[in-house]
Amino acid sequence: MTQYLIRRLLIAIPSLLGISVVLFTVLALAPGDPFEELATNPAIPPEVRANLRASLGLDDPIWQRYFNWLFAMLRGEWGYSFVSRIDVDQLILQRLPVTLVVIGASQIVALAIALPVGVYAATRPYSIFDQIANTLAFIGFSLPTFFTGLLFILFFSVYLEWLPFVYRTDLSETGWRWWWEQLRQSIMPVMVLGLFQGAAWTRFVRSAVLDVIRLDHVTTARAKGLPESRITLRHVVRNALIPVVTLVALQMPIVFGGAIVTEQIFRVPGIGSLLISAILSNDTPVIMAVTFVFACLVIFFNLLADILYGWLDPRISYR
Amino acid sequence: MTSPRLLEIEGLKVHFRTDDGMVRAVDGVSIGVDRGETVSVVGESGCGKTVTAMTVLKLIAMPPGRIVEGSILWQGGDIVPMGPDQMRSIRSKEIGFIFQEPMTSLNPVYTVGEQIAETVRQHEGLSRKAALDRAAEMLRLVQIPNPSRRVHDYPHQFSGGMRQRVMIAMALSCNPKLLIADEPTTALDVTIQAQILDLLNETKERLGMAVLLITHAMGVVAETAQRVVVMYAGKVVEEAPVEALFERPLHPYTQGLIRSIPRLDLAATEHHRLEAIPGTVPSLLHPPHGCRFAARCRHAIPECTAGEPALREIRPGHKARCIRAEEFL
Repeated sequence: MTQYLIRRLLIAIPSLLGISVVLFTVLALAPGDPFEELATNPAIPPEVRANLRASLGLDDPIWQRYFNWLFAMLRGEWGYSFVSRIDVDQLILQRLPVTLVVIGASQIVALAIALPVGVYAATRPYSIFDQIANTLAFIGFSLPTFFTGLLFILFFSVYLEWLPFVYRTDLSETGWRWWWEQLRQSIMPVMVLGLFQGAAWTRFVRSAVLDVIRLDHVTTARAKGLPESRITLRHVVRNALIPVVTLVALQMPIVFGGAIVTEQIFRVPGIGSLLISAILSNDTPVIMAVTFVFACLVIFFNLLADILYGWLDPRISYR
Repeated sequence: MTSPRLLEIEGLKVHFRTDDGMVRAVDGVSIGVDRGETVSVVGESGCGKTVTAMTVLKLIAMPPGRIVEGSILWQGGDIVPMGPDQMRSIRSKEIGFIFQEPMTSLNPVYTVGEQIAETVRQHEGLSRKAALDRAAEMLRLVQIPNPSRRVHDYPHQFSGGMRQRVMIAMALSCNPKLLIADEPTTALDVTIQAQILDLLNETKERLGMAVLLITHAMGVVAETAQRVVVMYAGKVVEEAPVEALFERPLHPYTQGLIRSIPRLDLAATEHHRLEAIPGTVPSLLHPPHGCRFAARCRHAIPECTAGEPALREIRPGHKARCIRAEEFL
């Protein structure tokens, strides 16, 4: 197991290198220049701009710039933002916790909906509960988050005026009030993401459970005289979790992608909105770093999926 | 009045609702099993034998299945009206069940020890440790080498024959009075089949339980059963002690079944081709009028399709559902 982990982590290195090469090349080839605004500023002569470019190494060939970046990364120097003049790692550390909290909470909401509803619906297929759950799930994951997000804002913030529609990091309240405000402003982004994921997973959990429930070993469990609840939990859900856990872990990167949109709608100052503003202002070091963090997350969750898979299914062995 | 039989299925009708209509899978079947006796139910695929067996423990899916009529008397008490809690106290504790497919009948994510222990803990309230010891003991009983080590293995670490042994160990772990074995050897190699049958016979002798053996192989019947019930298209067509049945089958269907057993002494000669029963099992959606076997029967006469023949006792202990049964005596 330890050996397997070490080998998987070693394999991750060339993947990350490959990803970084592709990212760097694409960004280098993309049109746009962080000093574009300087070009339109008549107060700055072109020579200054050229000197600035040269001093930052922007005129070097791509491969040289790539290696500069790579070795800097290896030393832990992530560079600094062209726009805000802040170190990129600090920028990311500022923004990441918000994203992790919002995504974490929304995933818990999603699982808290998908598992019980999916299992219950599958144990009573085609019952009224199942049909309602299915219909709602279908609607839920057909509606994109940017639509439901706006709908939520319109209804809860504008019409009912219950919830704030802009996420603030500079809350003036302290103590319990702070937690209360924090909760109020988190509800909508968390629910929008959570309901969307929950709807998709409900359908997946339901079909995974339905696949297991008709297997022979479930009849065996019944023939053993076990109570129905124990059969469902130990012999159906336990087995059905194998594909569900894998899917959840593998979907995590996609969830981060979806969070970018949601963060933008609710003005959540997370890593997603950082990426978007960086792209809009051609802030290459930030784009590079954020996308690289996403790449690391993808690889991490893939590894996590594999480990969970082997832990849940004894037929898989790590070699 | 003697004490009630161990198991007495009377006039059992099990129907399944399908999109095409009602399938009468089991259509008035009566089977009795005495203490310590092995009764074999034989018939082609789709004749209702498995459904009959599963219904005894109410393991069929309900719905779409439904017990329409009849009773299943377990030691004199009717199982049919029993609720889930009562059923659970009979399953495995009183009646053990072995399934056809050892490859899929065990849960792949738990060790075999855990799965056997689970049954014991459910019915006898043993501690985890004691239950696992019992599991190892059961594995020894079914002659699995190294039982105390093997309890910690997962089903995929066992071969098909070994898994069926595990299934038997699990079914016997609470000392049931009756073991229902639904085609326990069908999915296995021929050599393994013989071993499993021997094991079943041996453990039955040792534990003094009764066995209801469901099979489609006449060879298996001859090796294990004392009494045989032949089923065809959801009905019992013949019932007799095993010697009587093989010596003088009174229903043309049974005769066909016996003729279709491959025989080594007659094999591979020009004149003795292995005989098969022509045609296929009739649809249980719309069973034919009169005798259900008439269309495939070499002895059929016009009267056969006139009305449903009754199951009659032709000679002591030997019943057949054929209007011409006496002619075969």
